[in-house]
Amino acid sequence: MDLSSSKRIVIVGGGQAAAQACASLRLFGFEGDITLIGEEAALPYQRPPLSKAYMKGELAEERLYFKPESWYQDQNIDTMLSMRATRIDRSAQTVDLEHGGSVSYDALIIATGSRPRALPVEGADLDGVFDLRDLADVERIRPRMIAGQKLVIVGAGYIGLEAAAVARQMGLEVTVLEMESRVLARVTSPVMSAFFEAEHSRQGVNVRTEARLSSLAGSEGKVATAVLADGTELAADMVLVGIGILPNVELAEASGIACSNGILTDRDARTNDPRVFAAGDCAARLLVHYGRKGRLESVHNAIEQGKLAAAAIMGKPRPAEDCPWFWSDQYDLKLQIAGLSQNYDETVVRGDIDARKFAVFYLQNGKLIAVDAINSPPEFLASKKLIMAGASLAPEILSDTSQSMKEIAAAAV
Amino acid sequence: MAKIIYVDHEGTERAIEATNGESVMEAAIKNSIPGIDADCGGACACATCHVYVDDAFMDKVGKPEDMEQSMLDFAENVQGNSRLSCQISVSDDLDGMKVTTPESQH
Ligand SMILES: Cc1cc2nc3c(=O)[nH]c(=O)nc-3n(C[C@H](O)[C@H](O)[C@H](O)COP(=O)(O)OP(=O)(O)OC[C@H]3O[C@@H](n4cnc5c(N)ncnc54)[C@H](O)[C@@H]3O)c2cc1C
Ligand code: FES
Repeated sequence: MDLSSSKRIVIVGGGQAAAQACASLRLFGFEGDITLIGEEAALPYQRPPLSKAYMKGELAEERLYFKPESWYQDQNIDTMLSMRATRIDRSAQTVDLEHGGSVSYDALIIATGSRPRALPVEGADLDGVFDLRDLADVERIRPRMIAGQKLVIVGAGYIGLEAAAVARQMGLEVTVLEMESRVLARVTSPVMSAFFEAEHSRQGVNVRTEARLSSLAGSEGKVATAVLADGTELAADMVLVGIGILPNVELAEASGIACSNGILTDRDARTNDPRVFAAGDCAARLLVHYGRKGRLESVHNAIEQGKLAAAAIMGKPRPAEDCPWFWSDQYDLKLQIAGLSQNYDETVVRGDIDARKFAVFYLQNGKLIAVDAINSPPEFLASKKLIMAGASLAPEILSDTSQSMKEIAAAAV
Repeated sequence: MAKIIYVDHEGTERAIEATNGESVMEAAIKNSIPGIDADCGGACACATCHVYVDDAFMDKVGKPEDMEQSMLDFAENVQGNSRLSCQISVSDDLDGMKVTTPESQH
């Protein structure tokens, strides 16, 4: 369906994918109206610094925004902020707004992102218990980031560990609780988990694995203690919850758009309704380099799908689909991840773990499918290309540091 | 404030007034300068903000740090005057600097 002569394109959601869709639509020559409906009070901004430099107070708020307000005016983009979309009527082609009224569309992009999974224990609603998802969360957390305060972080995923690193650097006493037997269990290999666990312990974080939180207790409505299933009690002035996210699919689902752990899209970010697209954390897409569908939670994915949707609406050739990638900053460690490591059958370490400069490659039937690179950009950048080329590499070649990644990559493809 | 001139790979120039303290990448993104993607938002994680710095300003922009250098070692079409624009901070000294963007950031 050709939608390039649309009068109005509506974007629901105001995050990374929405901002990209706005920019790409204009870049691809769309001259009609664009309406962005965003529940948050802020214009679209970057989330990664929320658990990194911004949390630490090292980045001014204005530097979080993708574009200044004047840009939206210049580009004639109507931003409806602090506004929740409550219903999509696909036959009338309208989106209902929380406080009444509706906006009609010729094409619709759903970029509603995801929300933190709620902590399913008693006391989760006490004062001092926070999620870490948006700017408003950080505004609440930051005044309490005071040296000497006791912080308990529930969940040792990337966001939890990044927050732990920032809090330690600010002098807080930090405990991380993880239910699994190792940190980052859902997303990386045992070698990497062991490395990060050792780093955090060395920095003074009390990392407790196989630790199940059973409740939070407080006095006068304020959190004071985290109680574990084994009865252990930990003093807590503040609790950060980082136990994963849930895609915001309800709006789409209620309108009859096909969803299955994410809004289902084709390669052009189009849903089963040809006028409706989905992009970012809320969408499940074809992972072209892996031959399966999946939902990714990353900046790269949000940008790419925002572009794909805009290109499809404007009838432009499909933009290149890059190998998925992600990064995480903890202390002076830069982790760069290329590819998706699920279902690997072999790992290869290259470099020196003790020197904190190494990479773990993930292979499946000899084929490179992912890398976790610590302070090692060449391993990261070379792997992106190798993964896209579908290269198979022998473990002894990948681990041979007498050859540069450039040489290895040149020989492999 | 400093005037920064972005030259695309076809030679088209776009001049903007950049604010001290922001990066050459941020100034470009705010002003919708084409040719700089900056996918990671300045985290030195993506190498999609690659530019070629005017030779006359090579001393003034300083040397890349280790992380940036090793990203550059692996970026496409790198030259002696290649830099990641998110790692160059704008100051009065850079007034009049030209940076050229590569044909593609990927
Ligand atoms: C603390 C933190 C650190 C991260 N660090 C990294 C990192 O280092 N690297 C990386 O690659 N990724 C990182 N991520 C993930 C990355 O930020 C997300 O994948 C990305 O923001 C997804 O973009 P999105 O547009 O899909 O969703 P979001 O950015 O979540 O935006 C969705 C927006 O839609 C709004 N919305 C939802 N429903 C409605 C509705 N019904 N009506 C109106 N508005 C609605 C929401 O309020 C939200 O503002 C991090 C995320 C967090 C939270
Ligand atoms: S913006 Fe990603 S490295 Fe410069």
